Formats: sequence, C-alpha cells, structure tokens
Amino acid sequence: MLVAKLIDTTLCIGCKACEVACQEWNDQEYTLGTFNGSYQTMPDLAPNFWNLIKFNEVQRNGAEAWLMSKYQCMHCADAGCLAACPAPGAITQLANGTVDFVHENCIGCGYCITGCPFDVPKLSPASKKVYKCSLCSDRTAVGLEPACIKTCPTNCLTFGERDEMIRVAEIRTRELKADGFKDAGIYNPAGVGGTNVIYVLNDAKQPEQYGLPKDPIIPWTVQLWKGPLKALGAMVFMGSILGAFFHYVVFGPQQEEAADEVE
Amino acid sequence: MTNGWTDVANADVVLVMGGNPAENHPVGFRFVMEAKRLRKAKIVCVDPRFTRTAAVSDCYVPIRSGTDIAFLGGVIHYALETGKYQRKYVEQHTNASFLIAEGFGFTDGHFSGWEGKKYDKATWQYELDGNGHAKTDPKLEHPRSVFQLMKKHYSRYTPEMVAEICGCTKEEFVRAAEMITVAAAENKSGTVLYALGWTHHSFAVQLIHAAAMVQLLMGNIGMPGGGVNAQRGHANIQGSTDMGAWNMLPGYLKIPRANLKTLDEYLKANTPKALAAKSLNYWGNTPKFMKSLLKAYYGKNATAANGFGYDWLPKIEETGDHSWGAFFDDMFHGKVEGLISFGMNPVANGPNTKKMLTALSKLKWLIVAENFETETAAFWQAKKLAGKDYPKALDAASIQTEVFLLPAANFAEKDGAFVNSSRWLQWKEAATDPPGEAWRDQEIISRLFLELRRLYQKDGGANPAPLLNMSWDYALPHKPLLSEVAREVNGVDLGTGKQLNGFGELKDDGSTACGNWVYSGCWTEAGNQMSRRGQVDPTGLGLYPQWAWSWPSNRRILYNRASTDESGKPWDATRAPLKWDGDRWKGDVPDYKGDAPPETLPAFIMLPEGVARLFAPDLVEGPFPEHYEPAESPVLNSLHKNASANPMLKTYSTEPEAFGTAKDFPFVAITYRLTEHFHYWTKHTSSSSQLQSNFFVEVPAELAAAKGISNGDMVRVSSARGSLDGPALVTKRLRTLLVQGQKTYHVGLPIHWGFVGKVTGPLINNLTPSAYDPNSSTPEYKGFLVNLEKI
Repeated sequence: MLVAKLIDTTLCIGCKACEVACQEWNDQEYTLGTFNGSYQTMPDLAPNFWNLIKFNEVQRNGAEAWLMSKYQCMHCADAGCLAACPAPGAITQLANGTVDFVHENCIGCGYCITGCPFDVPKLSPASKKVYKCSLCSDRTAVGLEPACIKTCPTNCLTFGERDEMIRVAEIRTRELKADGFKDAGIYNPAGVGGTNVIYVLNDAKQPEQYGLPKDPIIPWTVQLWKGPLKALGAMVFMGSILGAFFHYVVFGPQQEEAADEVE
Repeated sequence: MTNGWTDVANADVVLVMGGNPAENHPVGFRFVMEAKRLRKAKIVCVDPRFTRTAAVSDCYVPIRSGTDIAFLGGVIHYALETGKYQRKYVEQHTNASFLIAEGFGFTDGHFSGWEGKKYDKATWQYELDGNGHAKTDPKLEHPRSVFQLMKKHYSRYTPEMVAEICGCTKEEFVRAAEMITVAAAENKSGTVLYALGWTHHSFAVQLIHAAAMVQLLMGNIGMPGGGVNAQRGHANIQGSTDMGAWNMLPGYLKIPRANLKTLDEYLKANTPKALAAKSLNYWGNTPKFMKSLLKAYYGKNATAANGFGYDWLPKIEETGDHSWGAFFDDMFHGKVEGLISFGMNPVANGPNTKKMLTALSKLKWLIVAENFETETAAFWQAKKLAGKDYPKALDAASIQTEVFLLPAANFAEKDGAFVNSSRWLQWKEAATDPPGEAWRDQEIISRLFLELRRLYQKDGGANPAPLLNMSWDYALPHKPLLSEVAREVNGVDLGTGKQLNGFGELKDDGSTACGNWVYSGCWTEAGNQMSRRGQVDPTGLGLYPQWAWSWPSNRRILYNRASTDESGKPWDATRAPLKWDGDRWKGDVPDYKGDAPPETLPAFIMLPEGVARLFAPDLVEGPFPEHYEPAESPVLNSLHKNASANPMLKTYSTEPEAFGTAKDFPFVAITYRLTEHFHYWTKHTSSSSQLQSNFFVEVPAELAAAKGISNGDMVRVSSARGSLDGPALVTKRLRTLLVQGQKTYHVGLPIHWGFVGKVTGPLINNLTPSAYDPNSSTPEYKGFLVNLEKI
C-alpha cells in the first residue's frame, strides 16, 4: 500500500512547527544563521535540515500574495536519486513508496544530488554522506504519522494511504475552484512518475510561485546512466575506489595540515 | 475571550484586527482555518502589514497604525446607514434605548464636560426616573437616546473619511464593511480576534469598546461564533489578570483606596446599584466576594468585629497611580528602594529603554527570579553590551544597585493551572524537577514571606500587622503545594470544611473563604475540575464542557443569554448554546439565573443596567470611542485638528525630549512578534533561535527604492528616544498608504532580541515612547514616529 503526505498550501500559515518537529524527531543539531533577507529559516535545505517552509512573496492580479509552502523530499515514484545512486543499498524504495537513504551504505559520491530534479539531497561536508527527509520511516514503520504531520496546527498537512490523499486533494481542489480559484489543482508531477508528497495549490498553473519546479524530470544524464551505462559505470566507479584503496595500502595516508583538522 | 478558541470554528465572518493569530497563536488559528474550510467563513484582516494572517485571508485592508477607531467607527456608520445591523438585538439587549442626561454632546474633539485637563462626567449619565432607574425610549427615536446619539456621533465616519485617515482606499473599506456586516443577519455570526495591536495604543480601551459596539450592532455578543476575543500573549496572562494587578484584587475587585477607611465604606463605594427595574446586577454581591477573600487572606484573624482585616490590606492613595509607567517614573526619581521581578523583563519590554535602565540604576536592590539571566538581571552591563548612546551614568562602575539573580523553575518544572485565552483553567503536571539550585516560584515567595515575618516578630518594625495576621496554612509552609493554593482559591465553607461548588455559595458573614470568586468551582469536593480532559460535546458547538474548567462557573460563552431574544427564542436555532425547557436553561452554563424564565431578567446580569453598553460612561475620555491620533503622528487629526491626540493621554513630564514630530521622524513605526519567537525568552533556546536568528527592519519597497536601500543593507532607525541598527528586509507587503492625500510609510520592528541570549540584537524599546492609555495604562508601542537611513 502506498502512502502519501498531502500538503494543502492554502492552509499553511508558515508557523514552521514542522521544521522544528523534523529536527527534534531526527535529532538534528540546530544552527544559527545569518540574515538572508527573508522570513525563511534558511535559503535552502541542509544536511541537518530536511524540512523548509519557503516564503514566496508574489503579486497576483495586482495584489500581494505571500505563498508559504513546505519543501522536502518528494518521495518520487520514479526516484532520480535512486536511479543515480551507484552504491548498493544506499538508497531504497520501501513498499509504501518511501525513498529512504541508508547511511551506512552511502559513499558520499553525490550522484543522487545530480539525479534529483527537486534539488533536495544535501551532502554533509562533515560526515561525507548525503541526507534528506526519510518520511519518518522509523515512525511510519510502527504506524505513526511523520513528525511534521503530527505537529501541524492547521491541518495543512495530512498523511495516509496515497489514493485517499489524492481523493482528499481532489475534493479540496473542487472547493477552491468553487471559492473562485479557477486554476486550483494538485501538484503530483508526472515527469517523476508521480510523487508520494502531493500538494494542493490554489494556482496549479504556476507551481514556480511556490518554489516548486514546473515540470520536473530526471536529468537525461541520469536516465542514460540508469540504463545500460549504470552497470558499466558502477564497475568503473568501484574500480576507482579499489584503486584508491590500493594507493592507500601502498603509499599510506595523505598528510594534512594540522590547521585544517581544527577547522 | 468572551467566547473561546474552539468556538471560533462556529463563525461565518472572522475579523482579525489588532492581532496576527496565524503568527502569534498558530495553534488556536486552526479553528479559524476550520471555520474557513468547513463553514466557508470569510476572514477579514485589517493590519498595517500584510502578515501571515493576511496571507490566508479573504479580504485584506491595510490601515495606518493607530487608526483602528476610525475604521471601526466607519463600520458603525456603514451599518447604521445601510440598516445592516440586528435591530431586535439592539433594542432588547443593549442600552440603545436609554436616555442620556441633558447637555451631553461632542464638539471640536471633546465631549461635554471638558475642563481643559480632565472631564466632568455629569452629562455622561443616564437620565433617571424616581426609582433611580434609567429612562428609556424603546422605539430608539428620542434625540437623547443612546441610539440617536450614536448615529449622530458616527455620522462623520464616512467611507471617504475612513480612507483619508486610515490610508486605505474607500473601496477597500466598503468591501470589508460589507463582509463584516453579513453577521447582522440573525442566523449569521461574526467573531473579532484582537491582541496587542489594539491594546498598544494610547486609546486602546476605547478601541476595544468600538469593537464591542460593532459586535452588539451585529448581534454577535453571546452567540457561538461571535464575541470580542482577546488572544492572550502568554500561556497564563489571563490567569495573571484574573488574580489581580496593582489596582485590582483577585476576581476584579477594586483595590482599596486610602480614603475608604473601613470595609463598610469600601463596600458602599464599590457595590453598584441596579439601574433598571428587573436587573439582576450580579456585582451587587460584592460584599460576599470581598469578605470571603479577606477570610482567605487572614483566616481566623479576620472577624466581623475587625472588618475582616480590611485595615491590613495595602491601600492606594485616593488618586494614586502605581501602574507600570507611574512606578518606573517613581523609580526614575529615586522614590523606590527595591524591586522584585518575577517572570518579567522590564529592561526589554518597558517603553523607552534608556529610562528603564536609568530607573533601575537608582534602586538599592533588585531581585530577579528567572530561569535565564535576562536583560533586567544584567542591566548594569547594558552600556558595555549594547549601548554606545546610553548615558555615562549607566557605566557599570557608576551603578550602585545590588542585584540578586535567583534561579527559578520554568513552566515545565511547575505544576498548576494555565488559564488560556478561552478562560480555561487547564491543570498540568510538572514534567521534571527544577535543575540545580533552582526553586519553584511559590517556594521563593514563601521563604521570603516566612523570613520577613520572623524578622518582624523578632525585631518589630513599622506596620507588622499585615504580615503577622496573614494566614499561611500549608502542610509545608516554606513549600506550599499548588494544589493547596488552588483549593484555597476555589473557596471553602468554614463551617463544614467542605470545598465550595461555586461562587453562588459565598456568604457575606465570614462563614466562607475564597481566594478568587471567579475561580470558585475549579476544585470542588468532586476534585480538581481543571485536570478534566473529557471530550464530549453535547451541544455540538465545540463547547467541550468537561474539558478542564472555564471561569466563571464553567461557562464557555459569556453573555450566552443574549443568544436568544427576550422571550427565550434562539436567534439561530442551529447555533443555540442555551435553550429554555420550561423549568431550566439547558446547554452551556447559563449567564443568567438558571431557573429564571426568559422574560424575568434582562440578559446582561453583570451590568447594573442589565443590558450591554453601546454608551459606556465609565471610561475616562468619553462614552463613545472617538478617533484620536497616536501621541506621535505624521498628521493632525482629520476630524478635529485642535484635539488631535487623546485629550486624556497619559505621559510623564520627566522626559521633555521624549516626543518627536514628523519633520524629523517622518515614518510610522510598528513593533510586533514573530511566530518564530516567544517574547524575549526564546532567544535563549536553540530551536527558536535557528528559525529566526537575526533582528531585521521591515522596509516598504517604495521607501527602500527612494532611499537606495536593498534587501539586507544595514539601516539605522531613530526616534526622539534613541536609535538602533539592523539589516533591512525590503518588502511590498508594507504598502504605501495615502493619508490625507500624502504618501505614508510604515517601518516594521520585530521585538525579540536583546543583549543576552544565544542570539542577540538591538532592543526595539530604545525607540518607543512613554505614552500610555489613560484607562489601562498600557504603553503605545505601535504607531510612533521614526526616521530611517541607510548606513
């Protein structure tokens, strides 16, 4: 059974409770930022920050609009990160559709970053591994909803069986159309085979206004790589790692500056 | 709140004005979104800034800060002109029909009785008949009826005038007024949500009065989905208000003044007489409340013979003022020796920081009980840490004040009740013990009390009686349990020793004790009612009568008797919190005598006239709200240039330099909270500090372009009090307003930073003026003048 997270942006008030819940549940360290000219916590997702509310100030029909939308891994049906990943078992797709990173298998190559049309995975310079939202797979495994869903005060976020979420989104879209938002619709892009994070937008013709790519597709390089090249590529890649290993065995570790260590 | 958060879901129209609940009450805001989603309610947001609340509203109107009375006066005018008000409700449940004394009037910005500095209110009174009851004209036609006077007063508030004063367009105003007055229909309800955007003005109480008038005209008071709803800004600020202030004893009993020398004199002066024939006049029970309170304070020592210990209560001089502004002014003048500050950070949250700091530096001693070192505890370092432009007298070396920082438990380390905006007393358990040497507040207070009493017993001293006679009957006197205190607050029958079921059982003969009459019923013989978590909803209106306990009497909607007409027929059968079944009122706890048939009493039992006040003679600057400009304003009042600001504005003469004019300070400044932080507190925690680490100044895009300011550029904001620097957040969400035809700009200042904490930044109160509302003594933190420069 596929599950999905439904984000009804028309009910989001940008309170950021989901940001904190995500960090609390996933034991992420907090970082103090510098002013970025916006209400947004930080400009982009980070290795220790998997859930970002984007604040988009736009003009619509000559009036102000301030669109808030939650941004995180979309858990694509056809996941570009998974297609791109050369490390066996580093990225898995669970039966419920969750795309999960298994960090002990991650080699930090960053190919998944290239593969993601949503620019979601982030490489940690410290651990040399890549991080993103896990859809709280440790919670969903025991029947709990993801932490962000649990904390949302306005019911902007809901979680459940994917078909049911689509149905709710369709009802909501009809309501919005009746309220005068003629372009209201669902964001569930076909270019990645649909996503397990779906949005209700009151203007689905302009997803860019919410900070969402209009027609996301997996980059052609990755699509190519996903096919016959992948097996070959994996061999080449593993070969280079083996090469590096033998280099290490023969020549020993590279000497680094002490100052770099401190930093 | 007259109603409550869960009730907001019953509204058809939500007017959000003077508040920003999406940001500051996100959890309560779920009920606004529920109304929007499920009832198709319209949200009208009126605010100088396009906020996160505006972002989800159906109608946004920008107005200049401090012009809310003009806007609401415009709504009153619009409703009366177009007939969009609930006529029957107004006739039956308000004082619209009451006649006012001869000579009442309003000219040139002043009501009748203006004496140059204050008002003689003789003409603001009802015309009484031989029984001391107000005369009425049920047809509302008499020229001296409240209705006709109101109509005349607001005839000046045309849509054109609203636009000229507020700076929105006439069309924007009319669109909002149309939406708001939809609630005039008997089967429609509208709610008003407000917060400090209304209370932080020098005419704040009148502003809320104006909102109450709109709600009465719409027939929204007492209705589910209606009411005038203050969103409280701290978890327990409602409880703090209920339990008293400098001028209030618990339960809104007035604190004694020195001229009222005996209990009898006090009761005579403070117990109102009925002003209408059938009025229940519930405050007529004041002697029961007061005597029971004195019994709670002084126990066996309080007897009928000694006026129940009335002598031992502290008294305020007849016209004395010890509100925030007044006592800091006294402190500034060296008239105060010491200050104990619990859960309060005056350096950060008082107006005119320089004055706050200087005042504290004149103290001999300062005790701060806190869980962090606050700006107040560290005030002696302010110059070093924050203030290049603070005076030399604030050098740490020059300050002689001895500061004690007592580590105190925080909210999660204490049990007890939080009283939320809905007036619900919700009991909570302590999550953990306080760390290290920290004590809970009640232990700090008790040990201080016991030691002071010991010293008085041992050494004597001036006026020891209040301490020596105080009842302190707890199992561990130095460490009372909050459950013991709560039982005492609920009240007890001293004869049987049983907990009271409610304030209806209070006596005026000293046989009952009660620490706060409005809380009576919270801890009965059936146990702690505040810890209840029942989720049944018999009315289907989201009243949840078994969830916690709501004051008074577990009533969820105040004035609910007004949800029906005089005969007891609900205005809206689908939304009836009360129904008369022939013997009793069923549904919510009635705001009425439970077994009194509909037509025996008027609906507003707490008021001596028995009906709600459109005309309110007890406020200091007039019985009708009138638009006055803030203490500092870019323009003179469009309605009356010679009485531009509030004639009764409260200021202190210690700071002759403290007010500026538009010539030097052309922009209107507003201060506000962000969703990311709580007051000056969460800058000590990592999670909130991450969400918004930096202070910033919001600058309208058009003004920024004119000044060559780009997003992120450093700017300096200055007022007649001081200045501060920060990066600019340039935004179109702060619109250019046309006030009296002139372009007017706001400068936005979020409040949360200071000179201690994980993240630091300037204190915005460096800029704010010491101008106060004359009724509530709340400072004018919004709508003052500043200049803005790129640096």
